[in-house]
This record gives sequence, structure tokens and C-alpha cells, in this order.
Amino acid sequence: MSTELLIALSIGIMVSCGVYLILRPNTFPVVVGLTFLSYAVNVFLFAMGGLKVGMPPILDEKVTTYTDPLPQALVLTAIVISFGMTAFLIVLSLRARDNLNTDHIDGKIYLSNFTDNKLIEPTEGSSKDQPERVESTTTSQQDILK
Amino acid sequence: MTLVDFNLPVVVLLPFLGALLATQAARFNRLAAAGTAAVITILALILLLPALPLPFAGQTLIQRWEWVPSLGLEFAFRLDGLGLLFALLILVIGLLVIIYARYYLSPQDSMGRFFAFLLSFMGSMLGIVLSENLIQLVIFWELTSLSSFLLISYWYTRSDARQGARMALTITGMGGLALFGGVLILGHIVGSFNLTEVLAASSLIHASPWYTPMLVLILLGAFTKSAQFPFHFWLPHAMAAPTPVSAYLHSATMVKAGIFLLVRLFPVLSGTPEWHWLVGTAGMLTLLLGAFTALFKHDIKGLLAYSTISHLGLITLLLGIGSPLAVVAALFHIINHATFKASLFMVAGIVDHETGTRDMRRVNGLMKYMPQVGILAIIASAAMAGVPLLNGFLSKEMFFDQTVSVSAISPLAWVIPVLATLAGVFSVAYSARFVHDIFFNGEPINLPKKPHEPPLYMKIPVGLLVLACIAVGVFPVYTIAGVLYVAIAGALQTTPPEYSLALWHGFSAPLLMSFIALVVGLIVYLIRKPLFAWYDRGLSQWDARIVYQALVNGLIHWAQSVTRRLDRGTFRNMLIWFFGVTLLAGVVGFWDEALLGTRELMPVDGITAMAIAGLILSSLLTVLKHRSRLISLVMLGVVGLVVSLGFAKFSAPDLALTQLSVEIVTVVLLMLALYFLPQYTHMLSSHKRHYQDIAWAMGLGFSAALLTLAVLTRDLQSISGYFLAHSKTGGGGTNVVNVILVDFRGFDTLGEIVVLALAGLGIVALLQGIKLYAPKRNAEGVPWSQESHPLILQVQARILFPMMLMVAIFIFLRGHNLPGGGFIAGLIAALAIVLQNLANGIVWTAARIRWDMHSVLAAGIGIATFTGLGAMLMHYPFLTSTFTYLKWPIVGKFEIASAMGFDTGVFLVVVGATVMILVQLGRLNYIETEDTGDLQPAKGSTP
Repeated sequence: MSTELLIALSIGIMVSCGVYLILRPNTFPVVVGLTFLSYAVNVFLFAMGGLKVGMPPILDEKVTTYTDPLPQALVLTAIVISFGMTAFLIVLSLRARDNLNTDHIDGKIYLSNFTDNKLIEPTEGSSKDQPERVESTTTSQQDILK
Repeated sequence: MTLVDFNLPVVVLLPFLGALLATQAARFNRLAAAGTAAVITILALILLLPALPLPFAGQTLIQRWEWVPSLGLEFAFRLDGLGLLFALLILVIGLLVIIYARYYLSPQDSMGRFFAFLLSFMGSMLGIVLSENLIQLVIFWELTSLSSFLLISYWYTRSDARQGARMALTITGMGGLALFGGVLILGHIVGSFNLTEVLAASSLIHASPWYTPMLVLILLGAFTKSAQFPFHFWLPHAMAAPTPVSAYLHSATMVKAGIFLLVRLFPVLSGTPEWHWLVGTAGMLTLLLGAFTALFKHDIKGLLAYSTISHLGLITLLLGIGSPLAVVAALFHIINHATFKASLFMVAGIVDHETGTRDMRRVNGLMKYMPQVGILAIIASAAMAGVPLLNGFLSKEMFFDQTVSVSAISPLAWVIPVLATLAGVFSVAYSARFVHDIFFNGEPINLPKKPHEPPLYMKIPVGLLVLACIAVGVFPVYTIAGVLYVAIAGALQTTPPEYSLALWHGFSAPLLMSFIALVVGLIVYLIRKPLFAWYDRGLSQWDARIVYQALVNGLIHWAQSVTRRLDRGTFRNMLIWFFGVTLLAGVVGFWDEALLGTRELMPVDGITAMAIAGLILSSLLTVLKHRSRLISLVMLGVVGLVVSLGFAKFSAPDLALTQLSVEIVTVVLLMLALYFLPQYTHMLSSHKRHYQDIAWAMGLGFSAALLTLAVLTRDLQSISGYFLAHSKTGGGGTNVVNVILVDFRGFDTLGEIVVLALAGLGIVALLQGIKLYAPKRNAEGVPWSQESHPLILQVQARILFPMMLMVAIFIFLRGHNLPGGGFIAGLIAALAIVLQNLANGIVWTAARIRWDMHSVLAAGIGIATFTGLGAMLMHYPFLTSTFTYLKWPIVGKFEIASAMGFDTGVFLVVVGATVMILVQLGRLNYIETEDTGDLQPAKGSTP
């Protein structure tokens, strides 16, 4: 058993989870799966520089050996970019939901599933419904966070 | 610095600027667009003036700036006699076309669009003829293809216009690609892409084994552009363009670009059997085919189109003959053809404009209605037919003379003058038809409009061109001789041969050929009725377009069938292809390699083992619980946290900080989105599919683990020694990761922040006008909490805000030397703002943080770019950084690097993009629940 083996194992697990999730038919797990895959890829790229403990690439006159800074620089921007990509994808899936009225990854609609959920139909945006809607949904962000 | 140090690029780029101005001018007054175009053209002519004497003094003006020296790419312009001749043709005929088009376009046509396209086309053409660097020439070449596509499809509601434009773009675009290949080979042979060096390397080029492929590729480019057989068929279809466009594209510019290229490279490409055969044959076939077909076209513009093809063939044939005198004739004919063909197209436009049709079977007897136009048309057609005392006669005589002289080289070459005379016969016949059918030949038949004289300003351009035809035809020595002489010198890159522009050379073979052409041509026209019938019975079906269509359709069908086989229209299917190929690549790559290396490995410590166990556990939970989205999301957050701990453990403090802050932002983002996504899970089609998915996941995970092990157990070779050694001395920072980001690889980072900014803007665009219907209750039917923003969170967030910003600034400032920097600081600052939005509501926050995030984004990219450009001002490459040490009282000595400015840009973009994304998504709640009516900038109250 070695640290390298453990890192390889965790990358393997993250790839597995990511692959399984992006094969799901709903858009949300697909986005989560892609996030997983980007973790895995980032860690993989990072590991290309070799695993070193206690040798950060911060120059110091007393220190002579450093870990490889280049993969770190690559991964740093990759993390930020993959956030941008995740955000774009999730918004794309919202847009798809709006345009296609489904969150199926291929845009398929299974009508039978619709009746199970109390979706507000478009026509309900009328005035009599409004007060309740205002109260109920503005609080939603905090509510999810609880 | 005088004007001749930099005027050429200005002349070339001015029309592009004018294109923008024209669209703006058209907003105020549609005629202002035409005025702008005319003024820009005149301005370009004036700017060209100071350089004019140079070619006459035997000098070549070259203006160059470095662009990408490592690729041999220079921003370089050249003016010699040849470039001058073409630039003058482009600008002068362009000006006439602009005046003409001002009266030609109807009130429904958008003037701004027309003149913007026309000017960008003019700029691209000028770019071709004034380029010194061949790659730059190719870029302008492609630009002419694109702008001519836009011009031809100007009436984009008409399907023939769209088809014609597509065809022109396909053919000339493919030619452009071939040309690019040819130019690359040429540059490779010579070792430079600059014309000065290329033109001096004739023997080197001829001796190269790459000569023939290079020649073929360049000829493909030239032939497609100049509509040479077998690529000629796009030109008649491009007649769907407005007539001013045809007058411009098919007389002086677009189609002459190919000819220009042949002449430009004539000194180094010609003189080989390959050149004679390829160029000569294509020219001869095009000449005959064009002249023959033109006679049978009933559409006026169709006749002119084929006539253009035939004249282009004539010029190409002359170049194929390849003697210096043939080049003289070719250049002379280029000028003459431009003048008479532009005026004839304009006449065709006038007839179309005044009668409503271009069908010569109906348009007859117009002499009575528009005698002035009639006279102009007669003179121009006579020039086209090669009637003495007009310019076309002179160059045609030269042409005949060349065919006669070339007939001596081999026993079979006697056909060349014979075929040339035959082409002359048809040329006379269709010219006669143009005049007789339109202006005489009885009365007009069933015209949509009653014809009358056109506006004066439509006739003036025609009149000026016809005047030029006569002036050149009668007094060649006093009019055209000077420009022609320098053009020939420029084309041949040597002293021009002896030639005579005299009208009378005594009784000679060329005169006899001209005479035969005139007489027989008129006879052919007299017996046209049976000829038309004969043509309609069979030959009219023959059209290269059919072959083209079949090819295109075949290609499309083939592409479709391949696509259908690969892509079943499901995401899963595409993924499986991707996974499969990835696996295959791994297997092939390791086929005869030992999988694992022999490096010494690192022993495991307890904490690492526990953390990784946590990571694996939470990963599995994310998947197992993926139907309960919230739990799944929390588990995802845990995975991210462990990853960032791992970065911290393995000597990557910057990554740990970045991952940590990104993790928080990601989870908030996904939660906001989760609210709008349905809670149910779609059913899979079968259990079998589920097992397949699991198998793929395990297989790929296993392979990824193996791959990681394979790398980690091998010895590493790294290039980062350079970065470590130069980070402090060259970049002025001790945090090597940050110095790499903002200095060594600053250009990459610039690209990355642009991507981030685009993602943010894309998200804003995607969320425009979105209407999502969120549930009032959660999946279990429990209504969402009624409580608005919780007080404790509100208060805490407000207190935290300044502190978070301070941390961000701290992290930012130390970034160059210690872990931190623009990316991380940007994320922290963004989190501070996002927290306010979450705790106090978007409206409350928007009233307090008034910066528009679009401007923050723009400022960020602007600052980053200008920091880079600042280096260029000091004559360093883009994004070179510098640093110095400052001493302040109290603070003491500290370092300031220009990279800091760049990092500020990074910071702003990260803040802008992150906040924009989250706030836009959060805003959906308000839009959706309050019908947007209440989403006014609130006066400090929470909704």
C-alpha cells in the first residue's frame, strides 16, 4: 500500500462516479457527474507533477527542492474554468427545461411522470394566485440551505 | 515619419473602417451611406497619391511591421507598378460603382448594409493587391470570398441569390484553401513569405521537387477565383447579385484577383512546361466555352457573365503563353476589360431598372426610349468586340499577335491562332447581339415598365468609362502608356520588353484575324435563329453546375449516412463513443509497455488514508443518493473539500485555496438551479441499460486508476526547472505558481479569463426571457418556509462583508510571493457579494452594490489586455512584465510588478463573472414569483 495507490484509487472512484452520473437521464445528475469528472481530471493533472509533501513552490533561500509548479498553474485555471463550465451547463439545462418542458437529457417527455409532481402550470401565473406565490418562493433559497 | 512610411496599410484598412461608418451613417439617412462610401474611396485615393511617383521612378515601396515573426508572418505591404495598376482600378471603378449604386438601389434596399459590404470587399481587394507578405495576401483573399458572398446574397430573401452566393463561396473558398497550401509550400521552398524574397528566388523554385504540387495548388486558387474552366460555373450564378455588385466584382475586382495572383507570381512560376500546359489549356478552354455560351444566353447579365468568363480565359491564355510580350497584352487587356465590362454591366442594370426585365427576347428597340444609354452601350460593346479605334481592339490585336507567334513553336500549334479567331468570332457575335437585341430589333414586348432615360447620375459612370475606352483606343500613348509600363515592370520584375501601342501595324496576320472575326461574327449573328434552336435542342442541358450539384449532394448524403450511423441522437450514445475510444486509446498506448514503473513510492500515513476513505465514501454516497438531490449535492461538497485538503497536503496551497472557494460557489450555484429542476427521475428504458452504465463506469474508473498509477510509478521529467530558476529574477515573485499564471504563461491566462467572461455573458444570454415554474412545495408536499431572510444571517453577513473584502485584498496583494493571487482573491470577493445576496436578498444588495457586473468584466479584460499592450509600447513582446522596488515611509520597501496590473484584470473578471452568474440565477426567483412588476430597484426594503 502506498499513497500513490490511494490517489489512483480515489481518482478511479471519482471517474467511476462521474461516468455513472453523466449516463443518467436527468440533467442535474449529468452536471454533478461532470463536476466529478473535472475533480478527477484536476487531481490527475496535479498528480502528474508527482506527490510531494511540504515542498510548496514558494521560493525560499533556505529551501532547495520544490514540487513541480507547472501542473499546479494549469490546474488552478482549470478549476476556475470548470466552475464556469458547470455554471454554463446548469443554466443550459434550466433553459432546456424552459423550452422543452422536461429535464430529460435528450429532451424526452415522460408524461406519466408529470402527474406525480405538483408542477405549477403556466396558466397559474394569474393574479389570484400571486400573493401566495410571492411568499412561498422568495424564501426558497434560504429554505434549501437549511 | 512621412506619409509614404505608413500609407499603404491605411489605404487598405480605411474601407473596413468606412464599412462601419456606412452602417452608422445609414441610420440617420440612407443616402448618407452612399456619401460615406464615396468619401472613403476618395480619401483612400488621396492617401495613395504620395506613393504614386515611386513606381514611376522604378522603386518598390515596402512598408513592414513585425507580426508573428516565428511563423514568418509580417504585416507588410508593397506598392510596385502592378499593385498600383490594380489599386487604381479597384478604387476608381469602385467610386463609379458607388455613385451608380446610389441611384440603382430601390428605397426598400438597405443602403447601409450594401455599402458596408461593398467597402469591406474593396478593402479586401486592396489588401490582396498591396500585400507584401503572402500569408497576409491569403488572408485578404479569403476576406474577398466572404465579402463577395455577402454581396451576392444581398437580396437574401431570394433563393437564387442565396444559392449563387453559396456556390461562389464553396468554389472560391475551396480554391482559397488550396492556395493557402500552395503558398505554404512556396514559403517553405524559399524560406520566406515575403514577395521580395520569393520573386528573387525563381531558379530555387523551379528546381524544387515541390514545384509541381505547389503550382497546382496555387493555380487551383487562381482558377477558382477567376472562374476558369472547369470552375467557371459559379460566375453566372453570382449574377443574382445587384447589378452594381456584378459590375464591380466581375469587371475590375473579384475575378481579377485570380489573374492578379497569376501575374504577381508570373516571374517565379512561369517558364516551365507545366505552367504552359496547365495555364494555357485552362485559358483556351475557358475562352472558347465562355465566348460560345455567351451568344446563347437570353438574360443580359447571363450574356455578360459568360463574356466575362471568356475574357478571363483570354487573359489566362496569354499568361500561359508566357512570353514577356504576352504579359504586356494580358495586362493591357485587364485594364480594357475592366473599363468596357463595368460600363456594360451598368447598362444592363439601367435596362433592368427601367424596363423591369433582363430577358433579351422581350427587351427590344430601346434606342427610341433611351438613346443616350444606347449610344454608350454601342461604343462599349464595340470595344468588347474589338472594333478599331477602341481600347478592346488594341489588346485583342496584341493577343492575336501572340497566338500567331506561339504557333511557330510546334507543328500542331497552328490550332491556337485558329481557335483564338473562333473565339473572336463569337465575341463579335454576342457583342452584336447585345446591341442589336436590346436597342434595335423591333419593339419591346410586354415590358413590366414603360422604359425611359435613367437618372443622369446613373449614366455619368457609364459615360466616364466609355470615354476611357475611346481615349485609350485612340490615344493609347498619351493615356494608358505610363501606368501600363510600370505595371509591366512590376509584373515581370525587370525592364519591360519592346512593344508598340500604335493603332496601325500595317497589314499583318493579327489584323486579318480581327477582320475575319468581325465579318464572320456578324454572319454568325445573322444566322442566330437556327443556331439558337440547335443550342436549345441539346447543348443547353450541358452545365457544369449539374456535376457540381451532384457532387455536393453526394457529399451531403455521405456525411448524413456516416452521421446517422455514429449519432443516434441521444447523449448516451455520444458518450459511449467517447468512452469507447478513450478506453481503446489507453489499451493501444500501453499494449507493449510495462504498465507500472519502478519509482520508489511514498508510504501511507493515517490521516491521508482517512481523508481518502472519506472521499471515496462521499463519492459513493453522491451516486447512491443521486435521486435525493440535496443530499447528493452536500456529498459532492464533501468530495470537493477533501480534494482541496489533498492539494494542501501535497504542497499546493494555491490550489487548495482555489478549490475551497470554487467549491462553495459551485454548491450555491447548483442549489439555486436545483430549485427549478423537477424532482422526479426519468425511468431508464431497461435494467440491462442500467447494468451497462455500471459496467462502463467501473471500466473507466479502473482504467483511470491504472493510468494514474502508471504515471505515478514512473520517473518524472519536468520542464519546470526553468520556471523555478527564473521566477524571482525574471518575474519578481517567489510564488512560482502565480508568476507562471501572470507572467510566464500570461497569454494563456488572458485566454482563460476571456473564456470565463464569455461563460458569464453566455449565461446571462441564456437566462433572457426564461420562464420557469417553480413548485410551491417540496417533493414531500411540505410548503417552503414562510420566513424571509433570517435575521441572524442578515446581520452576520453584513458584518462579514468588509472583513471578507479585506481578506480578498490581502490574498490578492501577497499573491505574487505567497499563496494567493487574482483568481483566489476574486473568488473570495465574489463570495462576499454573493453572501449578501443570499442573506439580504438581491434587491437589497443591488441597491447597495451598484456596479454593473458587465462593466466589471469589461474592465477586467481591458486592464489585463492593456497591461500586455503596455509592454508592446515599450517595444517588448505582448505581456512582458517588469517589476521594481518602492520604498514608502512606514510600509517600508516593497515590490511592485506590472504583473500586478494583469492580476487585477484577472481579479475583476473572476468577481464579475462569478457574481453575474449567481445573481442572474438567483434573480430568476424574483422574476418568476413577482411577475417582474415589483422588481424595481427597491428602496432598501427586502421583498
